Amino acid sequence: MLYSDLVLKLVENPPNVGTLDEKDPHVGTGTVGSPACGDIMRLQVQVDDDGRIVDSKFKTMGCGAAIASACLATERLKGKTLDEARAIKNSAIAKELELPPPKIHCSVLAEQAIAAALDDYQKKQSAPAPAAAP
Amino acid sequence: MNRPVYLDNNATTPIDPRVLEAMMQYFTEHFGNAASKTHVYGQRARAAVETARESLAAALGAVAKEIVFTSGATESNNIAIKGVAAAHRQRGNHLITQATEHKAVLDPCAWLEKHGHRVTVLGTDASGQVRLDELAEAITPETVLVSIMAANNEIGTLQHLAEIGALCRERGVLFHTDAAQAFGKIHLDVKAMNIDLLSASGHKVYGPKGIGLLYVRRRDPYVRCETIIHGGGHELGLRSGTLNVPGIVGFARAAELCLDAMDTEMPRIAELRDRLQRGLFDHIDELKLNGHPTERLANNLNVSFAYIEGESLMLNLENDIAVSSGSACTSELLKPSHVLAALGVGEDLAQSSLRFSLSRFTTAEEIDYAVDRVRTVVAKLREMSPLYEMAQQGIDLSKVEWNDPGHPH
Repeated sequence: MLYSDLVLKLVENPPNVGTLDEKDPHVGTGTVGSPACGDIMRLQVQVDDDGRIVDSKFKTMGCGAAIASACLATERLKGKTLDEARAIKNSAIAKELELPPPKIHCSVLAEQAIAAALDDYQKKQSAPAPAAAP
Repeated sequence: MNRPVYLDNNATTPIDPRVLEAMMQYFTEHFGNAASKTHVYGQRARAAVETARESLAAALGAVAKEIVFTSGATESNNIAIKGVAAAHRQRGNHLITQATEHKAVLDPCAWLEKHGHRVTVLGTDASGQVRLDELAEAITPETVLVSIMAANNEIGTLQHLAEIGALCRERGVLFHTDAAQAFGKIHLDVKAMNIDLLSASGHKVYGPKGIGLLYVRRRDPYVRCETIIHGGGHELGLRSGTLNVPGIVGFARAAELCLDAMDTEMPRIAELRDRLQRGLFDHIDELKLNGHPTERLANNLNVSFAYIEGESLMLNLENDIAVSSGSACTSELLKPSHVLAALGVGEDLAQSSLRFSLSRFTTAEEIDYAVDRVRTVVAKLREMSPLYEMAQQGIDLSKVEWNDPGHPH
């Protein structure tokens, strides 16, 4: 597979690898893909009280394009508002990484992972407060 | 130490300098066509070919006129399978082979199936060995050929050649073995093992590419085989075409060197392979050895690394070590290894497999470097793997409901 220098750089030394506390109400977690499909991406966002993403972490089991796509997504998410984050398109990721045609779907998976993480965060925000312990 | 360190010797070997030396004069001074009987150029070439033929025959326990030179083991397999099937058309139309064979055996068989033959493809046990009782049951009065490789190219597993040969002899069926990976690494005796046809390849034994041989038994019984390449009638009509004299000379020299050194060289290589195996298995968890643990080629190690993906593994190791993988992404046809699939290895473990294959030139330093790099890369990819994290937490992955948007792969 002929990958761009950026993909190779991200694969060699990816920033933002890790785990945020899933139970933290300020954290949104999205996991997409499956072992059957050969790619699994988990994307997480940490959102502050002003609705801005202050941190983002990822873990990916997948090919070079999958790792690079998820990694780039975390970089692009940091500092964005929730609306700006929703606007991140797979085509932008694919373009920046110069993904070859057979690997475009990895950027699609990353966009879906972003959506899943944001959905998870917003679901937590709108959930009723837990009942006080007896 | 060269980088990347070359550990893909089952794919091909570097030529031994002594082999190259033996070949050179047949490119330069003694360049004659071995079929040119009328002058000294041809006669000299012919003499070299016949000397090589005797030497290679002796290496197999055969006689010279039973050795046919070809362009490689793929061609030899094609002649053996198609040629024997054609010659025995009247007697029967059934062939038997097994699922972990090289495509150079499976594809000729598939082609025969399209042209009026029946083919039984036997499964193997989890280590890749054919079950003798299944083979016995598969043989019918219409069976004309059994083709089972001596050693597997991906997992290194050795077949029980003598037992298979004895069974075939007993049932009056011809036995062909693709010995491309085994020749030069294990002792082969076509007489003792009741082998009727055998394919071997030059570039697997530190010889040149583009040369191979087909052994065709001419006594007890006389094996009838048709040619698939028509022309000047060379090689007793079995393979027309001007002989690759330098290649033949090189092949014979390479084989001589292998056979002379085998009893000391193979144990030494096995030790280095075991050093590699220990280096990986002692320090990395969740590994799976593919192939028979003991009955396998001394230079072969095929390992699956759970919870990581094959292409990213190869990508990270590309500049450090040269190996093969069972991953679809790294194959020409974008299909995962059929050998691992035949063993029942799941796709997740098949795609994250690496095949290491050593040579006489491999050093301990190279092995230690390979171990170090693989450990580092696997640790890095495991740290990045959500699956590994879940497994470490004791989550039963088979019960997880995945959010799979379903895209083409």
